[in-house]
Amino acid sequence: MAKLAMVEAVSLALNYELEHDKDVVVLGEDVGINGGVFRATSGLAQRFGEDRVIDTPLAEAMIAGMTVGMATQGMKPVAEAQFMGFIFPMFEQIVCHAARMRNRTRGRLTCPLVIRAPFGGGIHAPEHHSESIESMFAHTPGIRVVIPSSPSRAYGLLLAAIRDPDPVLFLEPKRIYRLVKEEVVDDGEELPLDMCFELREGNDITLVTWGSMIKETLEAAEALEKQGISAEVIDVATVSPIDHETIADSVKKTGRCVIIQEAPKHCGVASEIAATLAENSLYSLMAPIKRVAGYDVIMPLFKLEKKYMPTVNRILKAVNEVMEVS
Amino acid sequence: MTTVASFSVEYIQYLSPSGTLTGETIPPIAKDFETIKSLYKTMVLTRVFDAKAISLQRTGKLGTYASSLGHEAVHVGIGSAMKYEDVFAPAYREYGVQFVRGVKMSEVLLYWGGDERGSNFSGPPHDFAWCVPIATQNTHAAGAALAFKLRKEARCTLSVIGDGGSSKGDFLEAINAASAFKLPMVFVIINNGWAISVPRAKQSSGETLAQKGIAGGLPSIQVDGNDLLAVHHEVKKALDRARNGEGATVIEAITYRLGDHTTADDASRYRPDQEVEDAKRFEPILRLRQYLMDNNQWSVQQENKLMEDCAIKVEAAVKEYQSASKLPVSDMFDYMYAELPHDLAEQRAYALALEEENK
Repeated sequence: MAKLAMVEAVSLALNYELEHDKDVVVLGEDVGINGGVFRATSGLAQRFGEDRVIDTPLAEAMIAGMTVGMATQGMKPVAEAQFMGFIFPMFEQIVCHAARMRNRTRGRLTCPLVIRAPFGGGIHAPEHHSESIESMFAHTPGIRVVIPSSPSRAYGLLLAAIRDPDPVLFLEPKRIYRLVKEEVVDDGEELPLDMCFELREGNDITLVTWGSMIKETLEAAEALEKQGISAEVIDVATVSPIDHETIADSVKKTGRCVIIQEAPKHCGVASEIAATLAENSLYSLMAPIKRVAGYDVIMPLFKLEKKYMPTVNRILKAVNEVMEVS
Repeated sequence: MTTVASFSVEYIQYLSPSGTLTGETIPPIAKDFETIKSLYKTMVLTRVFDAKAISLQRTGKLGTYASSLGHEAVHVGIGSAMKYEDVFAPAYREYGVQFVRGVKMSEVLLYWGGDERGSNFSGPPHDFAWCVPIATQNTHAAGAALAFKLRKEARCTLSVIGDGGSSKGDFLEAINAASAFKLPMVFVIINNGWAISVPRAKQSSGETLAQKGIAGGLPSIQVDGNDLLAVHHEVKKALDRARNGEGATVIEAITYRLGDHTTADDASRYRPDQEVEDAKRFEPILRLRQYLMDNNQWSVQQENKLMEDCAIKVEAAVKEYQSASKLPVSDMFDYMYAELPHDLAEQRAYALALEEENK
């Protein structure tokens, strides 16, 4: 079995679904012969032809609008927003149409579509290529926002996203696109949406995160282990809707929680998780919840990029503060 | 210097404002009086419906309503040219198209009456619902057309846009996509002179709006949008072209918005009354009736009978609208997703419990 990087697992899932479902098409800018700027669609056009893997004109609103149009007529389009920084022209189509079509028509027309977008910082990219804006979409009723954090989860979750009868925004943390390689079984088995994944079991504190911050969070958990602190690590994976139950169960066990997100702190997904814990799990908590997040600043260009990103050190500081409360 | 490309835009009218046939060619529909009479009846019904809808709004029985007064020929002309299996992507005032396609008057009222069930209408189930954000429907139609092309189905899509909407990027992006993918679709720019308070002249200094299609590489024409024969014939031709794999067409239909933008608008604030009075001489129903009468196809008695029939039909539609079952609060949750996510199910239960408490 081949060991794959996350971006290769994305490609593998697209391959599988293109092969097994004739209604699936892939479309976007440079997704064809070039295989996408990150190579997530590498080889697909050559294998499935340009009627299934479609290079579009350079017009994001059009890509999203056509994706909505195709989906309403029984296709399962998987569109690529080349970078999440270029998703804004698509915003209207996602929020005003993809998210609303089923409700608007009482189920007569639906939008079984996926829009994939690489996102997040840490790869020394130009302006507009590094932001994390998942909460802008998580705030929108009617769509799912899914963020994988490993090759096998990217494979299983993308399959589930494509098969889901409702629109899914599939955000790929590009900093970890090629960070680790693992064995991915190409069996077409999907992973469940709307569910957290417990990546590490622990008893003293719950660390909640998603996407690329999984890396720093797992490293922090390792370091904590050496300090004698047993941290549970939860990958939220679907940031809308959120599986609050799994998080609450973990906090019930540990009594402490730190939430880590790369996005700016204000009104982020971490805020929603913290608020829900405050509402429902206050009596399980032995200490205040802490959020470790990006600063509420414009994502800096790459000279200061590392200073913006939450680090293992910042996570450890937050954990230690939480642990000090007895 | 060499000229590498040159363009022109044709204007097509078959029926003059006085109801006489103009031009050298006569389209087949001009002699198909049974079809014309049937479409004429729908045009009149649309107008009677429109007046009723406005009065319902004025008396608090309907929400904001977008009138179609003056657009009857372009709307019914489009509807009559399309096939059932084609997909219509409306903006929000093209009731004439939709009535021809089987949407019920009561469903239009439901929608403007604040009830989503109106968009689950009796027209073709593949047709798009009303689309309030301007021009976004154009790309939906392009996507649907691409689906038909990829599946090799002999179907087309038709989307409309106003003169104001033709300034939007989505419209231009859709034209470009239609050209790049050679899509089976038709764009109709319904140029009614006004985008709320902004006149056509302020949208663009281009001589025509049709030429925006030419910029995208599509054959583009102008038609008299108050001439049912021209709209029907030219839209049908464009749809046939699309169906035969020859690509998309842009048709700019020149009409005039005789009413306010919506019932929330007061056009007297920005539009001279004289302009409206002048435009009435060119309106679509008068000339078609004259044409039918001149050809001994229509009489005053028939006209009176038609007006009575329309009034009865519209009253029945209003009754149906007003007797629609009460919307349960659960309805706002039940169509959000195929399967309700856990948290939303909790919110639904909470909302239902509140309803029980307040009974």
